[in-house]
Amino acid sequence: MTLAIQLPQVGLRRYGSLLSAMAWGALAVAAAVVLLSLFASVLAPYDPDYVDLNNVLAGPSGQHLLGTDALGRDLLSRLMHGGRTSLLGPTIVVIGSTVLGLLLGLVAGWSEGWVGKVLGRLFDLLFAFPALLMAMLAIALFGKGLFAPILAMTIAYVPYVARLAQSLVVAERGRPYVQAYRVLGFRTPWVVLGRVLPNLIPTVGAQSTLNFGYVLADLAALSFIGLGVQPPTSDWGAMIEESRGALLGGYILPAFWPALVVVLVVVAVNVIGEELSDRIGGKLS
Amino acid sequence: MTATDYAQAPTPGVSARKREKRRAVRPAVYIVKKLLALLLTLFVASLAVFFSRFLVPGDPARFLLRGRSPKPEALEEITRQFGLDQPAWEQYLNWLSGILRGDWGRSLTYRQDVSDVLLGRLPTTLQLVALAAVFITVLGLFAGIVASLNKGFGDRFILITLTAAGAVPPFVAAIALVALFSVGLGWFPSFGSGDGGWDRIWHLTLPALALGITYIAMVARVTRSSMNEQLLREHVEVATSRGLARGSVVARHVLRNALGPILTVSGVLVAGLLVSSAIIERTFGLSGIGQLLVQSIDRLDFGVVQAIVMVVVAAFVLVNTVVDLVQPLIDPRIAAGTESR
Repeated sequence: MTLAIQLPQVGLRRYGSLLSAMAWGALAVAAAVVLLSLFASVLAPYDPDYVDLNNVLAGPSGQHLLGTDALGRDLLSRLMHGGRTSLLGPTIVVIGSTVLGLLLGLVAGWSEGWVGKVLGRLFDLLFAFPALLMAMLAIALFGKGLFAPILAMTIAYVPYVARLAQSLVVAERGRPYVQAYRVLGFRTPWVVLGRVLPNLIPTVGAQSTLNFGYVLADLAALSFIGLGVQPPTSDWGAMIEESRGALLGGYILPAFWPALVVVLVVVAVNVIGEELSDRIGGKLS
Repeated sequence: MTATDYAQAPTPGVSARKREKRRAVRPAVYIVKKLLALLLTLFVASLAVFFSRFLVPGDPARFLLRGRSPKPEALEEITRQFGLDQPAWEQYLNWLSGILRGDWGRSLTYRQDVSDVLLGRLPTTLQLVALAAVFITVLGLFAGIVASLNKGFGDRFILITLTAAGAVPPFVAAIALVALFSVGLGWFPSFGSGDGGWDRIWHLTLPALALGITYIAMVARVTRSSMNEQLLREHVEVATSRGLARGSVVARHVLRNALGPILTVSGVLVAGLLVSSAIIERTFGLSGIGQLLVQSIDRLDFGVVQAIVMVVVAAFVLVNTVVDLVQPLIDPRIAAGTESR
């Protein structure tokens, strides 16, 4: 069946062409890091776990572009391989919390009665548990590694998405196009999922992009204190922890590179996220 | 703080009779509502923290004894100590009433009461968080005020610096500060909490800076945008045209109105500081409750973990409630409901 009224669709396309130079730069940095990590097994010059005790704490050279760590392992290779674990966690958390948050937010925003109120209270309560604290409680329950913190942080970030989605849905519910669909007798699930949901995606996407940076930093911090990714698996946070001895001895590079990459990625993600939310004009919490 | 304090602040646009009425009912209702919400949140949070243990499949006694010898007598002791042979809700009630009475159970690692272990560690963490809060207030407010009063290059420079600083995770800041000020310049120690007094502050400076960096940037940005918004308001223009000095206009007419949003974020801030102190204390070898949390996770001492999680959540909820209660005193419009936050 075709509809006589053409309704404006709000999508990312409308904003995509207008990114500032800074956002393009951020996008380029993020893309480069993702690609280098993704194809680490092909691109990395060395085996990230290959120990070369004759070549310990070497500075940058033609052989080792970024130098080596206290065990003579190639830092560039470890960075590239470490990117896999360091980026995988935040990706899962962001996808999981976005999907769950959108669903809960849709339900909370659409139902006018007690369901919305109870869900709102639940979001409030979840806000009282900082993500990092929840992750540590989960590690205490289920053991060290990536599984527990990913599970906990997915739940911890749901209210950020859900609260935003809820307020957006409440605003959308009163708009003429929704009422038009209702008057025309369309089923609620179709209207909500097919017509309201797409209008939430840009704003929620901007929030989730920002969340990615926070999750990355928190997971790296967990690996740094030895509760997250376990050695010998390379991870940016764990790399910084491993190089603390060298740092106190005056060798800065083994700690500097992973720290730089973490900060670069978080800055890039923040710039992209803020650019998106500025373009959309939605106010993020 | 009494109920009448709330009503003494003049409420513009409300007649004397209405104000009289409000003095009788509103503040009391507001306070009671906030306190009830506080109790409810604490109650539900305690449920979540206690029953999280039941998510782990298998024998609870064996879970609590992980990493230790599961001798029959040890199993028996833990069963008795945690009351594991009782129904779940009874265990919960015992745990809750214990917490309310100050009996937080015993630590498996330290063979001491959890409350004693916690109390011994608390001062270091409180000093660290307090020093970080000082840095956040002073540096954050200062950077935000300077940015909002300087248009153009100064504003842009500070804003870019803040964006970068806000993206530095505390543990990276810790490493960078150690590299620069301990290893490089040798100005500050990189380990331990020192003796009391100035030595303590000297030892805690780098940890507090690392802990606060994210929030210094956050407070500065909130201050900046909040002040920018106020600077455009008519009452500021009026104050300026009356010939008041720039400084007093900013202090009395801009900053006071801009404090609301800054206070609002302080609940998040305190919880964030307490949680991040786990990472910072470990990095700088400070024996506070943050390091205790990490050690207890490491040594599988679940009772201590539960207690610390509960303390942090309670601190967060308490600070939020205090902020909600104090805000009407600073900004009477909130009590009057004329301006939403």
